[in-house]
Amino acid sequence: MVKELLELSALELGAAIKTGDISVTEATETALETMAEREGDLNCFITAAEQAIDRAKALQAGVRDAESPLYGVPMALKDNICTKGLKTCCASKILGDFAPPYDAAAAERLTAAGTVLLGKLNMDEFAMGSTTETSFYGPTRNPWDTSRVSGGSSGGAAAAVAARECFFALGSDTGGSIRQPASYCGVTGMKPTYGTVSRYGLIAYASSLDQIGPIARTAADCAAVLDAIRGKDKRDATSLDLPAGSLLAGLTGDIRGMRIGLPAECFADGLHPQVSAAVHAAADVLKDRGAQVETFPFPLMEYMVPTYYILACAEASSNLSRFDGVKYGWRAPEYEDLTDLYCRTRTEGFGAEVKRRILLGAFVLSSGYYDAYYKKALQVRALIKEAFDRAFQRYDLLLTPVSPTTAPALGESLSEALKMYLSDIYTVSVNLSGLSALSMPCGFDEKGLPIGAQLIGPALGDGTVLNAAHAFQLSTDYHKRSPYGKEAD
Amino acid sequence: MKITQELVDYVSTLSRLRLPEAEKAKMAAEMEQIVSYMDTLSTLDTDHVEPMSHIFPLKNVLRPDEVLPSSPREELLAGAPDGDAETFRVPKAVE
Repeated sequence: MVKELLELSALELGAAIKTGDISVTEATETALETMAEREGDLNCFITAAEQAIDRAKALQAGVRDAESPLYGVPMALKDNICTKGLKTCCASKILGDFAPPYDAAAAERLTAAGTVLLGKLNMDEFAMGSTTETSFYGPTRNPWDTSRVSGGSSGGAAAAVAARECFFALGSDTGGSIRQPASYCGVTGMKPTYGTVSRYGLIAYASSLDQIGPIARTAADCAAVLDAIRGKDKRDATSLDLPAGSLLAGLTGDIRGMRIGLPAECFADGLHPQVSAAVHAAADVLKDRGAQVETFPFPLMEYMVPTYYILACAEASSNLSRFDGVKYGWRAPEYEDLTDLYCRTRTEGFGAEVKRRILLGAFVLSSGYYDAYYKKALQVRALIKEAFDRAFQRYDLLLTPVSPTTAPALGESLSEALKMYLSDIYTVSVNLSGLSALSMPCGFDEKGLPIGAQLIGPALGDGTVLNAAHAFQLSTDYHKRSPYGKEAD
Repeated sequence: MKITQELVDYVSTLSRLRLPEAEKAKMAAEMEQIVSYMDTLSTLDTDHVEPMSHIFPLKNVLRPDEVLPSSPREELLAGAPDGDAETFRVPKAVE
């Protein structure tokens, strides 16, 4: 029973809870047992929510009145999403044991839907990194091969979902931080259109790029989670008034006549041949289901990563100025005066990658360099958005790889920052342009590591993206594979 | 673009960071490598392009000015490294 339960998708579990076949307590206890068994190897969680079982019991009492399809489903949140009274530290030393005085809007909405919070998930410090190795709490390992990284920055979230420690998770995506770890861990992750989910209570990295989104086993689960958390929130002025209706209800699996473009430059040099082959095979599956697929020239690829890092670092240097050892978290034990307190706290409290990005951001914003870097990047951002606008006049969706390779070995990326940045080439442009995009498992390499394909839709094209991914998952079973193969049925 | 240690010192001061001497050369080299890569952008003509700071044309998002309670002071102060019942406590800032 236990193993079968773990293989259920969030929606299947929600349905079984509703019919009474499985109790909320049973589902929660099973998830907690799996955590206890696998955390030693993986390190997906920073903090466990002590009250999960009590919450499950209380929810079980109200199961008859449940409205959400996710009612009673155990889940977890990335550690940059504030939870009232529960430690939220962005995997950084500088936040210490900070327990926020309020819930993030997305956390609030998941509570209202009746989900069970299991805990807070590991990540790269302040979401800066592509491997979850910059965490103050140590790296999260990949469940498919524990000598490899889980990806990042939402590595704990992707690994926890892949390892069946929770049924879905919320991550955040600034330049690929949901999609890339989902790809490395063989799960489905969605970065919705900018403004879909309120950022209230999401500890900011780069505010014009940050967006919260789901990581789950299936595209349908992602749709259900987004239904629960999306929509206007007056506490985030950039949140959008979205058209009424449910993303989940829109999943027909019918993609006949859908026009899908493959940007030629996304399949050029630097892409691992096995990743390329798997994404092309995914295109064939979509074609078999009636989509029209063609390759087209897409300019500007070499400008995506530099534009992204200039803007992300600039915004980070501003956002992270609030961590000063005064208002929250950790303070250096010894200091001479106020300036010394700031300097020592920040120098000792931030890790190397965060300091590097703060310094790069301060540099591109500093007088004398502002026009050549920051302003220039804002101009290139406009050109990148125009290129996507033109592509979406011809295509409903674009199909690309998520990352040039499968999960690298632990330690491989940390030694070379620039190399790590370059691996974000297929994902950052989506954030620069505010688009919707999803990463879905589409195969395995010769080492047995998952490969991900990325579907990119226009702004507010979330429903189309999810429906194409749902159609793909109706024809394939990559998303059902478990890293604990012999346990899967 | 050459990133000197003086430049690293300058942006460190702006950022309220104080790198140990031993780390400065390494940081300068890493930043130089990354900034040189960022210089790719200079090959693109953007003379007549408006800088785009926000992806959607949001302007003046207004709402009624309602009086609402703010978060309780004790709860906000509870997360601070040092405070009394009413304020954040810091070293003396003005002589």
